[in-house]
Amino acid sequence: MSPRERVQELQLRYAHAIDDDALEQWPGFFTAEGRYRVIPRENHARGLPACLIDCRGVAMMQDRVASLRTANIYNIHFDRHLLSPPLVEAPEADGTVRARTQFLVMQSDQSGVSKPFATGVYLDVVELGGDTARFRERTVVLDSYGVLELLATPI
Amino acid sequence: MKLADIPVHAAAPADPLDGFRWPTDDFTRTPYRVFTDEAIYQREMERIFRGPVWNYLALEAEVPEPGSYKTVQIGNVPVVVSRNMQGEVTAFVNRCAHRGATVVRQEFGRAEGHACIYHQWNYDSSGDLCGVPYRRGLNGCGGYPKDFKPAEHGLQKLRVALYKGLVFGSFADEPPELLAYLGTNIVTHLDRIFVKPLKVLGYHRQRISANWKLYFENIKDPYHAGLLHTFMATFGVYRSTQKGHTLLSPGGGHAVVYSVTNTDSVESVVEAYQGTDNKYQTDFALQEPGLLQWSPDFHDGIGNLIVSVFPNMVVHQILNTFATRQVRPLGTGAMELYWTYFGFEDDAAERTAARLQQLNLVGPAGYISMEDGEAIRLVQQSITGESRDATSFIEMGGRGPIVDADHVVTEVCTRGLWQQYARTMGFAPEAAA
Ligand code: FES
Ligand SMILES: [Fe+2]
Repeated sequence: MSPRERVQELQLRYAHAIDDDALEQWPGFFTAEGRYRVIPRENHARGLPACLIDCRGVAMMQDRVASLRTANIYNIHFDRHLLSPPLVEAPEADGTVRARTQFLVMQSDQSGVSKPFATGVYLDVVELGGDTARFRERTVVLDSYGVLELLATPI
Repeated sequence: MKLADIPVHAAAPADPLDGFRWPTDDFTRTPYRVFTDEAIYQREMERIFRGPVWNYLALEAEVPEPGSYKTVQIGNVPVVVSRNMQGEVTAFVNRCAHRGATVVRQEFGRAEGHACIYHQWNYDSSGDLCGVPYRRGLNGCGGYPKDFKPAEHGLQKLRVALYKGLVFGSFADEPPELLAYLGTNIVTHLDRIFVKPLKVLGYHRQRISANWKLYFENIKDPYHAGLLHTFMATFGVYRSTQKGHTLLSPGGGHAVVYSVTNTDSVESVVEAYQGTDNKYQTDFALQEPGLLQWSPDFHDGIGNLIVSVFPNMVVHQILNTFATRQVRPLGTGAMELYWTYFGFEDDAAERTAARLQQLNLVGPAGYISMEDGEAIRLVQQSITGESRDATSFIEMGGRGPIVDADHVVTEVCTRGLWQQYARTMGFAPEAAA
């Protein structure tokens, strides 16, 4: 597979895992020191650092999953991640690849009503190993930063 | 009836709300209709947000330089907070004095003046009208009448008062003196936080499908915190068994609720949570406990503090995070909550990093606050369709006088909110009015 295909494969598996409520798989898409951030577009554009979610390392992502499963109470919902094909840069010397990908997350409730919930762009740094591909960084720049109700599960 | 008996000026039809009164004079009940009634909402916009109150507008740090501005919403009115070219903080309604278009279209920016796009009326950074195209017409045609005075057509101004970097605004001609409006308890706790110049770290915004007052009730209610927010109960950030205080302002509408960390024992917690849905899980630990590492900014042990000021301001300190929250009503059944996070200008890089890390706890995605939006949404959803006299029940901490408490197992601040609300709205039972 080309670097581009490998990045897209990683992104699709990530999206399907979340949409299938297999949140436990989510941290596994990152390198051990990987970073996952959801930042409102208004903050990103103005150089303000505040994020909605900022996990440094897989342990923090596992904590988020554990908290969502056992501690937090949030709206019962189902997500659908719709992705554009990734725009992939040429691999860097260390084998990492940068990619930009548009997304739309639709959210459905228990009465079967679906709403657009989140849209924006993923700014990814993907580490390609021999037969592995993992996110070193996944920055979710959120256009829909007027968050509808709340943001519990990862985008 | 003879013609002469017909009054020339018919009396204005009576407002059906004029007969509406709170059912109990210690505010232990709240009629659910205040969360759904359109006429009540319209009266709130007029009597509260455009009435004799101080609304929270912004932080001075958000408009740092001459010409800096930002747009906000007070009640249902769009407002611009602007530092004028002379360096003073001003505020004006973002609605052109000509035919009503929105004048300032960017959320934030810096400009010496503002031109309305529609017919190019030009306003300065204080909202005063300084230029109008074609004022004397074009080629002898048109133009404004000779008696047109630009000074009479500026943008509508709010009165502005500053306190330690917080900007407040009022639509009232003669608003109360700000510090008297806030009262000693609020001022004392603002003084504790606003000790030096601030650095803005960013924003969160949240759209909640609930009436704005349900959020204000929620924020004044420390009783729910340990029960709804399980993350806190589990990790000891805050529990109802911790020592804390519940302090009110003279009218009851503002409150300070805080708790002091590590003042409870495992035994007291286990006992307190008996009979609940297993909120306290002693075996649940974070793999990355750094999230809760707290190096206090102040030395009083307060780890969780909420200051709320009627009608639209919340200030919080949760561990090392600080934020203001502006409550923006969007009709009877919706609101925007606008969070401004800040630290101090002289924070070292590690201190800023710690604050940013702890933002995982707060905001619409926060471990200890995501539930609030859901809880009040559930209230709004189920009270829609309630009968007109249905009420909630607010007696945790007892009935009667609305006074400070040296604990946080109480809904007294919620009753205080309703007292000030009912008086401002003309809904107070006669005994309390
Ligand atoms: S509406 Fe603003 S200039 Fe006409
Ligand atoms: Fe809460």
